[in-house]
Amino acid sequence: MAKYALRRLVQLIPIVIGITFLSFAMMRLAGGDAVTEMYAGKGAVSQEIIDLKRAELGLDKPFVTQYFVWLSGMLRGDMGVSYVSGRDVFKTFLSKLPATLLLTALSILLTVLLSIPLGVLAAVRHDRLTDYCLRFLSFIGNSLPNFFVALLLMQLLAIKLNWLPVISSGTTLKSAMMPTLTLAISMSAKYMRQVRATVLEELNKDYVVGAQARGVRGRVILWKSVLKASMLTIVTLLALSIGSLLGGTAIIESIFMWDGVGKLAVDAITMRDYPLIQAYVVWMAIIYVLVNLVTDLLYHALDPRIRLGVTAE
Amino acid sequence: MMNAPTTRIPKIIKNNVRTRLIVFAVLAALLVLCSLLSDHLTPYDPYLQDLSNAKAAPSAEHLFGTDRYGRDMLSRVIVGSRTSIFSTLLLVAIITAVGTVVGVFCGWHGGKLDTILMRISDMFLAFPGLVFALAVAGVLGGGLHNAIFALAAISWPKYARIARSQTLAQKETPYMKAARLSGSGTVKILAVHILPNIVGPILVTSMLDIGTMMMELAGLSFLGLGAKPPIAEWGSMMSENRALFTTVPWITLAPGLAIFVSVMIFNLLGDTVRDWADPRTRGR
Repeated sequence: MAKYALRRLVQLIPIVIGITFLSFAMMRLAGGDAVTEMYAGKGAVSQEIIDLKRAELGLDKPFVTQYFVWLSGMLRGDMGVSYVSGRDVFKTFLSKLPATLLLTALSILLTVLLSIPLGVLAAVRHDRLTDYCLRFLSFIGNSLPNFFVALLLMQLLAIKLNWLPVISSGTTLKSAMMPTLTLAISMSAKYMRQVRATVLEELNKDYVVGAQARGVRGRVILWKSVLKASMLTIVTLLALSIGSLLGGTAIIESIFMWDGVGKLAVDAITMRDYPLIQAYVVWMAIIYVLVNLVTDLLYHALDPRIRLGVTAE
Repeated sequence: MMNAPTTRIPKIIKNNVRTRLIVFAVLAALLVLCSLLSDHLTPYDPYLQDLSNAKAAPSAEHLFGTDRYGRDMLSRVIVGSRTSIFSTLLLVAIITAVGTVVGVFCGWHGGKLDTILMRISDMFLAFPGLVFALAVAGVLGGGLHNAIFALAAISWPKYARIARSQTLAQKETPYMKAARLSGSGTVKILAVHILPNIVGPILVTSMLDIGTMMMELAGLSFLGLGAKPPIAEWGSMMSENRALFTTVPWITLAPGLAIFVSVMIFNLLGDTVRDWADPRTRGR
């Protein structure tokens, strides 16, 4: 297991280098504009001032040198200062990260609470009315863009019923409710289907027929064997979704004015604040890669077949 | 819960799948046709402003009402279908083609180039969800073309992986040896033998992707990183009129419902094509 973990960790190195290089190259391709952009609204600016600013931002050095200077800075938590606010980029990013992590955690929690019981119910009631209704709902949810869900929820819960604030006022549980609900609705629609398919597949296995033939009650088969066997797949699928959720929160955060890194990134894009965009892209990708690694290791640790296979090597 | 299926059921499902396939294919074709002919289908000029008739509620004259400049919403939704549906199909076509070419090449050629290209695809897959698309849109600036490019950049690796594994599987089959022994050249083997045999799973994947891609493209436009006003596009139309949602909901609802219905039709078609191609997934 430890050997496997180490091997996976080593495999990450080229990917992380790739991520950082790609993000760096992209931002530098656009970086030339940033200086021109800075002075765009200030009338004619002499070339010397522009060159001076370029030198100050390190934009006059060779490309690869710039990359390594930037990379070593990044590893020390120094990603430069924002073009717009002049504040330290990494600190700004870190200060907004907890809000996004909180939103992600709440959404995953709600998704688990919604999709697992409903998915199991649909599988057990396979091809009956309950199943059809749940599949229909999941289909509707799958076809609704999450920003549309957000607008509909805002209209219903905040304006018609006046239960929740329209936009968030700080990082409180009350303001987190609507963005959480939006993200969980979209995700549950997708995961309910997967839970249903997984449980259904398990229900069709030979051992279920065998247990039935021996007279084991359906409820016992379901809880003791089928759910236990399906949980591994379900948990893995959910863990993998954490990553896509981390990236997917950007739209929802901007709609509800949730003060997380997603909104930070969208704001930075509109202002062409490249260092901030860069920090967002690089760190979200690294977090995603790490979450996937942990998921994979957990999967290996939890599944006796794979675990024993690894030790037998 | 665990009743053994009777023998009649598979037959019914089979017929059902064929009917569903025809119905959803016709619906999807109608959508595409509507987007192609959108210029001729609009009851009013979608860009014509009529401020005296602004924010009119839905009526017989204006089925979806008018927006704050008095432009007919039905006409704008119809014209928006060209941008939304067409760019989505274009995007899916691009990623399918690029992914397949890269995947088949990697699977067939193998060696160092295969490793390099697959590591590059790993790199793109390492970016979560829309993060990379946001960054590309941020660097290139907004605009529909850039949004398509951004989404294409993060979506092709999936197709490359499918095409590669399928090609590798085909390479090992006995008929492939026979084809080589009979003196077929590489181009002939790839085009005549491999491609037709691997195209099924790839097409199913792209059919299933249309709905998702449409939503992501609309999402980028909603953020102002895709199509920009005054071009009629469903995502940007929704974001443009967001502030008016409480007072004049139809301006936002009309394009929202248009996205919803189109995504649903393409999702239904995708699911049906998958069921049709792979009987094991039926009813799942």
